[in-house]
Amino acid sequence: MAATTQTRETRPPVLPPPTGRAGFGGTLRSEFTKIRSVRSTYWTLLALLAVSIGIGAAISGGTAANWSHTSAADRATFDPTQASVAGLFYLGQLVIVVLGAMVLTAEYSTGMIRTSLTAMPRRIVMYAAKVVVFACVAIVVTLIAAFIAFFLGQALLASTHDNATLSQPNVLRAVIGSALYVTVCGLFAFAAGAILRHTAAAITSVIGLLFVIPILAHLLPSSWYQDLERWLPDAAGRALSVTVGPQPGHLFSPWGQFSVFAVYTVILLVVGAVLFRNRDA
Amino acid sequence: MPPERTHPDAGTVTIDGKQYASLAYPMREVGALIDAKAVHGGRSAYNHLLCLAQTNNLPRRRVGEVLELVGLSEVGRKRTKGFSLGMSQRLGIAGTLLGDPALLMFDEPVNGLDPEGILWIRNLMKALAAEGRTVFVSSHLMSEMEHTADHLIVIGRGQLLADCTMDEFIARSSGQTVRVATPQPDLLAKAVAEAGGTVITGGDAAGADGNGALTVGGLVAAQVGDIAFEHGVRLHELTVGRASLEAAFMELTADSVEYRAEGQPPAPGQPPAPELAAQGQGQYAQRQGQYRNEGGI
Repeated sequence: MAATTQTRETRPPVLPPPTGRAGFGGTLRSEFTKIRSVRSTYWTLLALLAVSIGIGAAISGGTAANWSHTSAADRATFDPTQASVAGLFYLGQLVIVVLGAMVLTAEYSTGMIRTSLTAMPRRIVMYAAKVVVFACVAIVVTLIAAFIAFFLGQALLASTHDNATLSQPNVLRAVIGSALYVTVCGLFAFAAGAILRHTAAAITSVIGLLFVIPILAHLLPSSWYQDLERWLPDAAGRALSVTVGPQPGHLFSPWGQFSVFAVYTVILLVVGAVLFRNRDA
Repeated sequence: MPPERTHPDAGTVTIDGKQYASLAYPMREVGALIDAKAVHGGRSAYNHLLCLAQTNNLPRRRVGEVLELVGLSEVGRKRTKGFSLGMSQRLGIAGTLLGDPALLMFDEPVNGLDPEGILWIRNLMKALAAEGRTVFVSSHLMSEMEHTADHLIVIGRGQLLADCTMDEFIARSSGQTVRVATPQPDLLAKAVAEAGGTVITGGDAAGADGNGALTVGGLVAAQVGDIAFEHGVRLHELTVGRASLEAAFMELTADSVEYRAEGQPPAPGQPPAPELAAQGQGQYAQRQGQYRNEGGI
Protein backbone atom coordinates (compact mmCIF):
# COMPACT_ATOMS: atom_id res chain seq x y z
CA MET A 1 0.00 0.00 0.00
CA ALA A 2 2.52 2.55 1.13
CA ALA A 3 4.62 2.03 -1.96
CA THR A 4 6.00 5.53 -1.72
CA THR A 5 6.84 6.76 1.72
CA GLN A 6 7.43 10.37 0.77
CA THR A 7 5.97 12.46 3.52
CA ARG A 8 3.99 15.64 3.18
CA GLU A 9 6.70 17.55 4.94
CA THR A 10 9.12 17.09 2.04
CA ARG A 11 6.90 19.21 -0.17
CA PRO A 12 7.43 22.92 0.32
CA PRO A 13 4.33 24.41 1.95
CA VAL A 14 2.32 26.53 -0.43
CA LEU A 15 0.33 28.24 2.30
CA PRO A 16 1.30 29.98 5.50
CA PRO A 17 0.43 27.97 8.61
CA PRO A 18 -3.21 28.44 9.61
CA THR A 19 -4.17 30.57 12.56
CA GLY A 20 -7.63 30.96 14.01
CA ARG A 21 -10.49 29.60 11.98
CA ALA A 22 -12.60 30.44 8.96
CA GLY A 23 -15.22 32.87 10.17
CA PHE A 24 -17.34 35.91 9.53
CA GLY A 25 -14.64 38.26 8.20
CA GLY A 26 -13.53 36.05 5.35
CA THR A 27 -17.09 35.06 4.51
CA LEU A 28 -18.04 38.74 4.38
CA ARG A 29 -15.25 39.38 1.83
CA SER A 30 -16.39 36.31 -0.10
CA GLU A 31 -19.99 37.48 -0.24
CA PHE A 32 -18.89 40.92 -1.39
CA THR A 33 -16.86 39.26 -4.16
CA LYS A 34 -19.95 37.27 -5.13
CA ILE A 35 -22.28 40.25 -5.35
CA ARG A 36 -19.81 42.47 -7.24
CA SER A 37 -18.78 39.80 -9.74
CA VAL A 38 -22.08 39.15 -11.51
CA ARG A 39 -23.60 41.46 -14.07
CA SER A 40 -27.15 41.16 -12.73
CA THR A 41 -26.12 43.20 -9.69
CA TYR A 42 -25.06 46.11 -11.87
CA TRP A 43 -28.10 45.95 -14.11
CA THR A 44 -30.44 45.87 -11.13
CA LEU A 45 -28.75 48.74 -9.33
CA LEU A 46 -28.62 50.77 -12.53
CA ALA A 47 -32.35 50.16 -12.99
CA LEU A 48 -32.92 51.25 -9.39
CA LEU A 49 -31.09 54.53 -9.96
CA ALA A 50 -32.84 55.07 -13.28
CA VAL A 51 -36.40 54.63 -11.99
CA SER A 52 -35.75 56.53 -8.76
CA ILE A 53 -34.15 59.54 -10.38
CA GLY A 54 -36.15 59.43 -13.62
CA ILE A 55 -39.62 59.12 -12.09
CA GLY A 56 -38.80 61.68 -9.40
CA ALA A 57 -37.61 64.12 -12.06
CA ALA A 58 -40.67 63.46 -14.24
CA ILE A 59 -43.11 64.15 -11.39
CA SER A 60 -41.20 67.22 -10.22
CA GLY A 61 -40.74 68.63 -13.72
CA GLY A 62 -44.36 67.96 -14.65
CA THR A 63 -45.63 69.62 -11.49
CA ALA A 64 -43.43 72.68 -12.11
CA ALA A 65 -44.63 72.97 -15.71
CA ASN A 66 -48.26 72.79 -14.56
CA TRP A 67 -47.86 75.00 -11.52
CA SER A 68 -49.66 78.04 -12.97
CA HIS A 69 -52.79 75.90 -13.51
CA THR A 70 -52.63 74.35 -10.04
CA SER A 71 -55.30 75.41 -7.57
CA ALA A 72 -54.36 77.00 -4.27
CA ALA A 73 -55.75 73.99 -2.40
CA ASP A 74 -53.62 71.59 -4.41
CA ARG A 75 -50.60 73.83 -3.95
CA ALA A 76 -51.11 73.74 -0.18
CA THR A 77 -51.14 69.95 -0.02
CA PHE A 78 -48.35 69.44 -2.57
CA ASP A 79 -45.44 67.64 -0.97
CA PRO A 80 -42.29 68.47 -2.96
CA THR A 81 -40.09 66.02 -1.04
CA GLN A 82 -42.46 63.12 -1.50
CA ALA A 83 -42.84 63.96 -5.19
CA SER A 84 -39.08 63.87 -5.76
CA VAL A 85 -38.49 60.52 -4.00
CA ALA A 86 -41.73 58.82 -5.14
CA GLY A 87 -39.86 56.93 -7.86
CA LEU A 88 -37.61 55.39 -5.25
CA PHE A 89 -40.18 54.20 -2.78
CA TYR A 90 -42.87 53.19 -5.28
CA LEU A 91 -40.83 51.60 -8.07
CA GLY A 92 -37.40 51.27 -6.48
CA GLN A 93 -38.80 48.71 -4.07
CA LEU A 94 -39.85 46.55 -7.02
CA VAL A 95 -36.31 46.58 -8.36
CA ILE A 96 -34.58 45.97 -5.03
CA VAL A 97 -36.90 43.02 -4.40
CA VAL A 98 -35.39 41.30 -7.45
CA LEU A 99 -31.83 41.87 -6.25
CA GLY A 100 -32.59 40.90 -2.67
CA ALA A 101 -34.31 37.66 -3.63
CA MET A 102 -31.54 36.68 -6.02
CA VAL A 103 -28.76 36.98 -3.43
CA LEU A 104 -29.71 33.53 -2.21
CA THR A 105 -31.99 32.05 -4.87
CA ALA A 106 -29.36 32.50 -7.61
CA GLU A 107 -27.14 30.15 -5.60
CA TYR A 108 -29.90 27.53 -5.68
CA SER A 109 -30.77 27.96 -9.35
CA THR A 110 -27.13 27.68 -10.45
CA GLY A 111 -26.17 24.98 -7.95
CA MET A 112 -23.47 27.27 -6.58
CA ILE A 113 -24.90 26.79 -3.08
CA ARG A 114 -23.40 23.28 -2.95
CA THR A 115 -19.94 24.58 -3.76
CA SER A 116 -20.38 27.52 -1.36
CA LEU A 117 -21.39 25.27 1.53
CA THR A 118 -18.49 22.92 0.88
CA ALA A 119 -16.11 25.88 1.23
CA MET A 120 -17.97 27.39 4.18
CA PRO A 121 -20.01 24.72 5.96
CA ARG A 122 -21.00 26.99 8.86
CA ARG A 123 -24.28 27.98 7.33
CA ILE A 124 -25.43 30.68 9.70
CA VAL A 125 -22.11 32.49 9.19
CA MET A 126 -22.71 32.48 5.45
CA TYR A 127 -26.34 33.54 5.83
CA ALA A 128 -25.40 36.44 8.10
CA ALA A 129 -22.61 37.53 5.74
CA LYS A 130 -25.08 37.59 2.86
CA VAL A 131 -27.53 39.70 4.85
CA VAL A 132 -24.83 42.20 5.89
CA VAL A 133 -23.28 42.53 2.43
CA PHE A 134 -26.63 42.95 0.72
CA ALA A 135 -27.86 45.44 3.33
CA CYS A 136 -24.69 47.54 2.95
CA VAL A 137 -24.86 47.56 -0.85
CA ALA A 138 -28.58 48.35 -0.77
CA ILE A 139 -28.36 51.19 1.76
CA VAL A 140 -25.47 52.86 -0.08
CA VAL A 141 -27.20 52.70 -3.46
CA THR A 142 -30.64 53.71 -2.16
CA LEU A 143 -29.17 56.68 -0.27
CA ILE A 144 -27.39 57.81 -3.42
CA ALA A 145 -30.64 57.38 -5.36
CA ALA A 146 -32.65 59.21 -2.68
CA PHE A 147 -30.37 62.24 -2.50
CA ILE A 148 -29.88 62.58 -6.26
CA ALA A 149 -33.64 62.25 -6.79
CA PHE A 150 -34.32 64.81 -4.04
CA PHE A 151 -31.84 67.45 -5.25
CA LEU A 152 -32.75 67.00 -8.90
CA GLY A 153 -36.45 67.14 -8.08
CA GLN A 154 -36.09 70.30 -5.98
CA ALA A 155 -34.02 71.95 -8.72
CA LEU A 156 -36.82 71.23 -11.19
CA LEU A 157 -39.38 72.57 -8.71
CA ALA A 158 -37.40 75.77 -8.05
CA SER A 159 -39.65 77.81 -10.34
CA THR A 160 -42.66 77.06 -8.09
CA HIS A 161 -40.89 78.54 -5.05
CA ASP A 162 -42.52 75.63 -3.20
CA ASN A 163 -39.42 73.45 -3.35
CA ALA A 164 -38.07 71.83 -0.19
CA THR A 165 -34.66 72.02 1.48
CA LEU A 166 -33.10 69.48 3.80
CA SER A 167 -33.27 71.90 6.72
CA GLN A 168 -37.07 72.01 6.60
CA PRO A 169 -38.94 69.84 9.11
CA ASN A 170 -39.32 66.13 8.20
CA VAL A 171 -37.51 66.50 4.87
CA LEU A 172 -34.28 64.73 5.84
CA ARG A 173 -36.34 62.01 7.51
CA ALA A 174 -38.34 61.52 4.32
CA VAL A 175 -35.24 61.28 2.10
CA ILE A 176 -33.26 58.92 4.36
CA GLY A 177 -36.41 57.08 5.38
CA SER A 178 -37.27 56.29 1.74
CA ALA A 179 -33.82 54.79 1.27
CA LEU A 180 -34.16 52.75 4.47
CA TYR A 181 -37.62 51.56 3.51
CA VAL A 182 -36.42 50.34 0.11
CA THR A 183 -33.42 48.63 1.73
CA VAL A 184 -35.71 46.78 4.14
CA CYS A 185 -37.90 45.76 1.17
CA GLY A 186 -34.78 44.12 -0.27
CA LEU A 187 -34.06 42.30 3.00
CA PHE A 188 -37.71 41.19 3.11
CA ALA A 189 -37.22 39.69 -0.35
CA PHE A 190 -33.91 38.10 0.69
CA ALA A 191 -35.70 36.34 3.54
CA ALA A 192 -38.49 35.22 1.18
CA GLY A 193 -35.77 33.84 -1.10
CA ALA A 194 -34.24 31.91 1.80
CA ILE A 195 -37.62 30.42 2.67
CA LEU A 196 -38.81 29.64 -0.88
CA ARG A 197 -35.40 28.97 -2.54
CA HIS A 198 -36.82 29.94 -5.91
CA THR A 199 -36.30 33.31 -7.60
CA ALA A 200 -39.67 33.72 -9.27
CA ALA A 201 -41.61 32.42 -6.28
CA ALA A 202 -39.80 34.78 -3.92
CA ILE A 203 -40.24 37.85 -6.12
CA THR A 204 -43.90 37.12 -6.81
CA SER A 205 -44.82 36.57 -3.19
CA VAL A 206 -43.02 39.70 -1.99
CA ILE A 207 -44.66 41.83 -4.66
CA GLY A 208 -47.95 40.28 -3.61
CA LEU A 209 -47.37 41.27 0.01
CA LEU A 210 -46.08 44.78 -0.75
CA PHE A 211 -48.40 45.78 -3.62
CA VAL A 212 -51.37 43.49 -4.07
CA ILE A 213 -52.50 43.06 -0.47
CA PRO A 214 -52.63 46.86 0.09
CA ILE A 215 -54.79 47.21 -3.04
CA LEU A 216 -57.12 44.46 -1.86
CA ALA A 217 -57.22 45.98 1.61
CA HIS A 218 -58.60 49.19 0.08
CA LEU A 219 -61.68 47.22 -0.97
CA LEU A 220 -62.54 46.57 2.68
CA PRO A 221 -65.02 48.84 4.49
CA SER A 222 -63.07 51.97 5.40
CA SER A 223 -63.28 51.48 9.16
CA TRP A 224 -61.75 48.01 8.76
CA TYR A 225 -59.13 49.40 6.43
CA GLN A 226 -58.13 52.10 8.93
CA ASP A 227 -57.60 49.44 11.61
CA LEU A 228 -55.68 47.24 9.22
CA GLU A 229 -53.54 49.75 7.33
CA ARG A 230 -50.98 50.34 10.07
CA TRP A 231 -50.20 46.62 10.09
CA LEU A 232 -49.50 46.41 6.36
CA PRO A 233 -45.81 46.16 5.43
CA ASP A 234 -45.89 48.91 2.80
CA ALA A 235 -47.43 51.53 5.14
CA ALA A 236 -43.89 52.32 6.31
CA GLY A 237 -42.98 53.80 2.94
CA ARG A 238 -46.02 56.05 2.83
CA ALA A 239 -45.61 57.20 6.44
CA LEU A 240 -41.90 57.95 6.11
CA SER A 241 -42.08 59.95 2.89
CA VAL A 242 -44.78 62.42 4.00
CA THR A 243 -43.48 65.86 4.94
CA VAL A 244 -46.46 68.16 4.37
CA GLY A 245 -49.67 68.13 6.36
CA PRO A 246 -50.60 65.96 9.31
CA GLN A 247 -49.66 62.29 9.50
CA PRO A 248 -52.78 60.24 8.67
CA GLY A 249 -54.42 59.62 12.01
CA HIS A 250 -54.80 55.87 11.69
CA LEU A 251 -51.10 55.25 11.07
CA PHE A 252 -48.37 55.04 13.69
CA SER A 253 -45.62 57.70 13.64
CA PRO A 254 -43.25 57.40 10.65
CA TRP A 255 -40.56 55.54 12.61
CA GLY A 256 -43.19 53.51 14.44
CA GLN A 257 -44.57 52.45 11.09
CA PHE A 258 -41.04 51.66 9.94
CA SER A 259 -40.56 49.53 13.05
CA VAL A 260 -43.62 47.43 12.16
CA PHE A 261 -42.09 46.62 8.77
CA ALA A 262 -38.65 46.05 10.31
CA VAL A 263 -40.08 43.58 12.82
CA TYR A 264 -41.82 41.63 10.03
CA THR A 265 -38.54 41.54 8.15
CA VAL A 266 -36.53 40.37 11.15
CA ILE A 267 -39.06 37.59 11.78
CA LEU A 268 -38.81 36.45 8.15
CA LEU A 269 -35.01 36.64 8.27
CA VAL A 270 -34.93 34.45 11.38
CA VAL A 271 -37.32 31.91 9.82
CA GLY A 272 -35.14 31.93 6.68
CA ALA A 273 -32.00 31.40 8.77
CA VAL A 274 -33.47 28.43 10.62
CA LEU A 275 -34.63 26.82 7.38
CA PHE A 276 -31.31 27.56 5.69
CA ARG A 277 -29.45 25.86 8.53
CA ASN A 278 -31.64 22.78 8.72
CA ARG A 279 -32.55 21.99 5.14
CA ASP A 280 -30.46 20.04 2.65
CA ALA A 281 -28.81 22.20 0.04
CA MET B 1 -20.62 11.46 1.24
CA PRO B 2 -20.57 15.12 0.16
CA PRO B 3 -19.45 17.03 3.22
CA GLU B 4 -22.10 19.28 4.69
CA ARG B 5 -24.28 19.41 1.63
CA THR B 6 -26.97 17.23 3.01
CA HIS B 7 -27.86 16.16 6.49
CA PRO B 8 -27.46 12.39 6.91
CA ASP B 9 -30.58 10.37 7.75
CA ALA B 10 -28.48 8.42 10.20
CA GLY B 11 -24.89 8.19 11.30
CA THR B 12 -22.14 10.76 11.17
CA VAL B 13 -19.36 11.74 8.81
CA THR B 14 -16.07 12.61 10.45
CA ILE B 15 -12.71 13.71 9.11
CA ASP B 16 -9.83 12.99 11.46
CA GLY B 17 -12.50 12.50 14.09
CA LYS B 18 -14.10 15.90 13.51
CA GLN B 19 -17.35 16.94 11.91
CA TYR B 20 -16.73 18.68 8.61
CA ALA B 21 -18.57 21.83 9.69
CA SER B 22 -16.39 22.20 12.78
CA LEU B 23 -13.05 22.07 10.94
CA ALA B 24 -11.13 25.31 11.47
CA TYR B 25 -10.41 25.71 7.75
CA PRO B 26 -12.40 23.09 5.80
CA MET B 27 -10.65 23.84 2.51
CA ARG B 28 -7.24 23.24 4.06
CA GLU B 29 -8.32 19.78 5.23
CA VAL B 30 -10.54 18.46 2.45
CA GLY B 31 -10.95 19.33 -1.20
CA ALA B 32 -14.17 17.83 -2.49
CA LEU B 33 -15.47 18.03 -6.04
CA ILE B 34 -18.96 16.62 -6.27
CA ASP B 35 -20.52 18.50 -9.17
CA ALA B 36 -18.31 20.52 -11.50
CA LYS B 37 -21.35 22.36 -12.88
CA ALA B 38 -22.32 23.71 -9.44
CA VAL B 39 -21.04 27.21 -10.21
CA HIS B 40 -22.70 30.53 -11.03
CA GLY B 41 -22.22 30.77 -14.79
CA GLY B 42 -22.23 34.55 -14.75
CA ARG B 43 -19.11 34.75 -12.63
CA SER B 44 -15.59 34.54 -14.05
CA ALA B 45 -13.41 31.56 -13.16
CA TYR B 46 -11.08 33.86 -11.25
CA ASN B 47 -13.86 35.44 -9.17
CA HIS B 48 -15.48 32.05 -8.57
CA LEU B 49 -12.25 30.75 -7.05
CA LEU B 50 -11.62 34.04 -5.24
CA CYS B 51 -14.93 33.95 -3.40
CA LEU B 52 -14.24 30.37 -2.32
CA ALA B 53 -10.70 31.21 -1.19
CA GLN B 54 -11.85 34.21 0.82
CA THR B 55 -14.17 32.13 2.99
CA ASN B 56 -11.13 30.24 4.29
CA ASN B 57 -8.83 33.29 4.49
CA LEU B 58 -6.64 31.85 1.74
CA PRO B 59 -4.31 34.33 0.05
CA ARG B 60 -5.47 35.80 -3.26
CA ARG B 61 -2.31 34.56 -5.03
CA ARG B 62 -3.56 30.96 -4.59
CA VAL B 63 -6.30 31.67 -7.14
CA GLY B 64 -3.73 32.45 -9.83
CA GLU B 65 -1.64 29.46 -8.78
CA VAL B 66 -4.42 26.89 -9.04
CA LEU B 67 -5.66 28.36 -12.33
CA GLU B 68 -2.13 27.89 -13.65
CA LEU B 69 -2.01 24.35 -12.25
CA VAL B 70 -5.15 23.24 -14.08
CA GLY B 71 -4.30 25.14 -17.25
CA LEU B 72 -7.10 27.70 -17.11
CA SER B 73 -4.98 30.87 -16.69
CA GLU B 74 -5.91 32.17 -20.10
CA VAL B 75 -9.65 31.90 -19.52
CA GLY B 76 -9.56 32.95 -15.85
CA ARG B 77 -11.34 36.21 -16.61
CA LYS B 78 -14.01 34.58 -18.77
CA ARG B 79 -17.42 33.81 -17.40
CA THR B 80 -17.85 30.10 -16.70
CA LYS B 81 -21.16 29.92 -18.59
CA GLY B 82 -19.30 29.09 -21.80
CA PHE B 83 -17.02 26.46 -20.29
CA SER B 84 -17.00 22.93 -21.70
CA LEU B 85 -17.45 20.00 -19.34
CA GLY B 86 -13.69 19.45 -19.36
CA MET B 87 -13.01 23.09 -18.47
CA SER B 88 -15.64 22.99 -15.72
CA GLN B 89 -14.04 19.84 -14.36
CA ARG B 90 -10.66 21.61 -14.32
CA LEU B 91 -12.20 24.60 -12.58
CA GLY B 92 -13.77 22.34 -9.97
CA ILE B 93 -10.45 20.63 -9.35
CA ALA B 94 -8.75 24.03 -9.07
CA GLY B 95 -11.25 24.84 -6.32
CA THR B 96 -10.39 21.70 -4.38
CA LEU B 97 -6.67 22.55 -4.51
CA LEU B 98 -7.03 26.12 -3.21
CA GLY B 99 -6.47 25.10 0.40
CA ASP B 100 -3.70 22.59 -0.46
CA PRO B 101 -5.57 19.84 1.43
CA ALA B 102 -4.16 16.44 2.39
CA LEU B 103 -7.44 14.76 1.48
CA LEU B 104 -9.12 15.07 -1.89
CA MET B 105 -12.46 13.64 -2.98
CA PHE B 106 -13.52 13.48 -6.61
CA ASP B 107 -16.90 12.15 -7.68
CA GLU B 108 -16.84 10.62 -11.16
CA PRO B 109 -14.04 12.93 -12.30
CA VAL B 110 -13.66 11.55 -15.81
CA ASN B 111 -17.31 11.22 -16.77
CA GLY B 112 -18.01 12.85 -20.08
CA LEU B 113 -14.43 13.91 -20.74
CA ASP B 114 -12.50 13.55 -23.97
CA PRO B 115 -9.44 11.23 -24.03
CA GLU B 116 -7.07 14.13 -23.49
CA GLY B 117 -9.05 15.28 -20.45
CA ILE B 118 -9.18 11.75 -19.02
CA LEU B 119 -5.41 11.41 -19.37
CA TRP B 120 -4.89 14.78 -17.74
CA ILE B 121 -7.08 13.95 -14.73
CA ARG B 122 -5.49 10.52 -14.37
CA ASN B 123 -2.00 12.02 -14.32
CA LEU B 124 -3.06 14.81 -11.99
CA MET B 125 -4.57 12.36 -9.50
CA LYS B 126 -1.39 10.29 -9.59
CA ALA B 127 0.74 13.39 -9.07
CA LEU B 128 -1.44 14.54 -6.16
CA ALA B 129 -1.12 11.12 -4.54
CA ALA B 130 2.64 11.10 -5.12
CA GLU B 131 2.79 14.38 -3.21
CA GLY B 132 1.51 12.47 -0.21
CA ARG B 133 -2.19 13.23 -0.41
CA THR B 134 -5.02 10.79 -0.04
CA VAL B 135 -7.19 10.92 -3.13
CA PHE B 136 -10.66 9.42 -2.94
CA VAL B 137 -12.25 8.78 -6.31
CA SER B 138 -15.74 7.42 -6.74
CA SER B 139 -16.43 6.00 -10.14
CA HIS B 140 -18.28 3.38 -12.12
CA LEU B 141 -15.57 3.16 -14.76
CA MET B 142 -13.93 -0.14 -13.85
CA SER B 143 -11.14 -0.19 -16.39
CA GLU B 144 -10.22 3.40 -15.57
CA MET B 145 -9.98 2.66 -11.87
CA GLU B 146 -8.14 -0.59 -12.43
CA HIS B 147 -5.30 1.45 -13.89
CA THR B 148 -5.23 4.26 -11.35
CA ALA B 149 -6.43 3.15 -7.92
CA ASP B 150 -4.26 1.40 -5.32
CA HIS B 151 -6.92 0.78 -2.77
CA LEU B 152 -10.59 -0.06 -3.12
CA ILE B 153 -13.58 0.54 -0.95
CA VAL B 154 -16.79 -1.03 -2.17
CA ILE B 155 -20.03 0.09 -0.63
CA GLY B 156 -23.37 -1.40 -1.54
CA ARG B 157 -26.69 -0.47 0.03
CA GLY B 158 -24.93 1.17 2.94
CA GLN B 159 -22.82 -1.91 3.64
CA LEU B 160 -19.05 -1.95 3.37
CA LEU B 161 -18.43 -4.85 0.97
CA ALA B 162 -14.67 -4.52 0.58
CA ASP B 163 -11.83 -2.38 1.89
CA CYS B 164 -8.52 -3.69 0.56
CA THR B 165 -5.82 -3.10 -2.03
CA MET B 166 -6.60 -3.50 -5.70
CA ASP B 167 -4.40 -6.63 -5.94
CA GLU B 168 -6.06 -8.28 -2.95
CA PHE B 169 -9.47 -7.50 -4.32
CA ILE B 170 -8.76 -9.11 -7.67
CA ALA B 171 -6.86 -12.06 -6.21
CA ARG B 172 -9.83 -12.78 -3.96
CA SER B 173 -12.00 -13.33 -6.98
CA SER B 174 -12.29 -16.85 -8.36
CA GLY B 175 -12.18 -15.64 -11.91
CA GLN B 176 -8.61 -16.79 -12.55
CA THR B 177 -8.12 -17.58 -16.25
CA VAL B 178 -5.48 -19.08 -18.50
CA ARG B 179 -4.73 -17.57 -21.87
CA VAL B 180 -3.49 -19.92 -24.59
CA ALA B 181 -2.33 -19.27 -28.14
CA THR B 182 -2.27 -22.26 -30.43
CA PRO B 183 -2.52 -23.05 -34.16
CA GLN B 184 -5.18 -25.67 -33.31
CA PRO B 185 -7.66 -23.76 -31.16
CA ASP B 186 -10.73 -25.83 -32.05
CA LEU B 187 -8.96 -29.04 -31.04
CA LEU B 188 -7.82 -27.60 -27.74
CA ALA B 189 -11.23 -26.09 -27.01
CA LYS B 190 -12.80 -29.54 -27.32
CA ALA B 191 -10.15 -31.12 -25.10
CA VAL B 192 -10.52 -28.42 -22.44
CA ALA B 193 -14.28 -28.87 -22.39
CA GLU B 194 -13.88 -32.65 -21.95
CA ALA B 195 -11.56 -32.05 -18.99
CA GLY B 196 -14.18 -29.89 -17.25
CA GLY B 197 -12.80 -26.47 -18.16
CA THR B 198 -14.73 -23.68 -19.81
CA VAL B 199 -13.67 -21.78 -22.86
CA ILE B 200 -14.55 -18.17 -22.09
CA THR B 201 -13.43 -16.66 -25.38
CA GLY B 202 -11.94 -18.03 -28.59
CA GLY B 203 -11.96 -21.65 -29.70
CA ASP B 204 -12.81 -20.87 -33.30
CA ALA B 205 -10.55 -21.16 -36.32
CA ALA B 206 -6.99 -19.88 -36.24
CA GLY B 207 -6.42 -16.21 -36.98
CA ALA B 208 -4.32 -14.55 -39.65
CA ASP B 209 -1.03 -15.18 -37.84
CA GLY B 210 -1.81 -18.88 -37.74
CA ASN B 211 -2.66 -18.81 -34.05
CA GLY B 212 -5.98 -18.87 -32.25
CA ALA B 213 -6.30 -17.44 -28.79
CA LEU B 214 -8.33 -19.10 -26.07
CA THR B 215 -9.20 -17.87 -22.62
CA VAL B 216 -9.86 -20.84 -20.38
CA GLY B 217 -11.56 -20.76 -17.00
CA GLY B 218 -11.89 -23.43 -14.33
CA LEU B 219 -8.44 -24.93 -14.91
CA VAL B 220 -5.00 -23.83 -13.79
CA ALA B 221 -2.18 -23.24 -16.28
CA ALA B 222 -0.46 -26.59 -15.58
CA GLN B 223 -3.67 -28.50 -16.32
CA VAL B 224 -4.14 -26.71 -19.61
CA GLY B 225 -0.52 -27.42 -20.58
CA ASP B 226 -0.95 -31.13 -19.75
CA ILE B 227 -4.16 -31.39 -21.74
CA ALA B 228 -2.44 -29.82 -24.74
CA PHE B 229 0.47 -32.25 -24.45
CA GLU B 230 -1.82 -35.30 -24.18
CA HIS B 231 -3.76 -34.22 -27.27
CA GLY B 232 -0.66 -33.28 -29.24
CA VAL B 233 -1.70 -29.64 -29.51
CA ARG B 234 1.19 -27.24 -30.01
CA LEU B 235 1.16 -24.22 -27.73
CA HIS B 236 2.72 -20.89 -28.66
CA GLU B 237 1.69 -19.08 -25.52
CA LEU B 238 0.44 -20.04 -22.07
CA THR B 239 -0.25 -17.18 -19.66
CA VAL B 240 -2.02 -16.91 -16.32
CA GLY B 241 -4.54 -14.14 -16.74
CA ARG B 242 -5.57 -12.18 -13.74
CA ALA B 243 -9.25 -11.41 -13.49
CA SER B 244 -10.32 -7.95 -14.45
CA LEU B 245 -11.55 -5.56 -11.79
CA GLU B 246 -14.91 -5.65 -13.52
CA ALA B 247 -15.15 -9.43 -13.24
CA ALA B 248 -14.10 -9.34 -9.60
CA PHE B 249 -16.55 -6.55 -8.86
CA MET B 250 -19.44 -8.33 -10.53
CA GLU B 251 -18.66 -11.49 -8.60
CA LEU B 252 -18.60 -9.60 -5.30
CA THR B 253 -21.84 -7.75 -5.93
CA ALA B 254 -23.54 -10.85 -7.30
CA ASP B 255 -22.82 -12.47 -3.92
CA SER B 256 -24.38 -9.55 -2.15
CA VAL B 257 -27.48 -9.84 -4.36
CA GLU B 258 -27.86 -13.50 -3.40
CA TYR B 259 -27.36 -12.65 0.24
CA ARG B 260 -30.02 -9.95 0.07
CA ALA B 261 -32.44 -12.28 -1.64
CA GLU B 262 -32.13 -14.82 1.20
CA GLY B 263 -32.07 -12.30 3.99
CA GLN B 264 -34.34 -9.37 4.53
CA PRO B 265 -34.58 -7.48 1.28
CA PRO B 266 -34.56 -3.71 1.52
CA ALA B 267 -37.62 -1.92 0.27
CA PRO B 268 -37.52 -1.55 -3.52
CA GLY B 269 -36.27 1.79 -4.70
CA GLN B 270 -34.71 2.61 -1.36
CA PRO B 271 -31.51 4.48 -2.10
CA PRO B 272 -28.24 3.21 -0.75
CA ALA B 273 -27.03 5.22 2.21
CA PRO B 274 -23.28 5.20 1.91
CA GLU B 275 -21.37 6.30 4.95
CA LEU B 276 -17.76 7.15 4.71
CA ALA B 277 -15.36 7.85 7.54
CA ALA B 278 -12.10 9.05 6.10
CA GLN B 279 -9.18 8.86 8.46
CA GLY B 280 -6.36 11.21 7.58
CA GLN B 281 -3.69 9.15 5.88
CA GLY B 282 -1.86 11.99 4.22
CA GLN B 283 1.57 10.87 5.33
CA TYR B 284 1.41 7.89 2.98
CA ALA B 285 1.32 8.16 -0.73
CA GLN B 286 -1.80 6.22 -1.28
CA ARG B 287 -4.49 6.25 -3.84
CA GLN B 288 -7.87 4.99 -3.12
CA GLY B 289 -10.61 4.19 -5.52
CA GLN B 290 -14.01 3.93 -4.09
CA TYR B 291 -16.51 1.80 -5.88
CA ARG B 292 -20.14 2.22 -5.32
CA ASN B 293 -22.52 -0.55 -6.00
CA GLU B 294 -25.64 1.34 -6.88
CA GLY B 295 -27.66 -1.79 -6.27
CA GLY B 296 -30.25 -3.36 -8.49
CA ILE B 297 -27.80 -5.66 -10.25
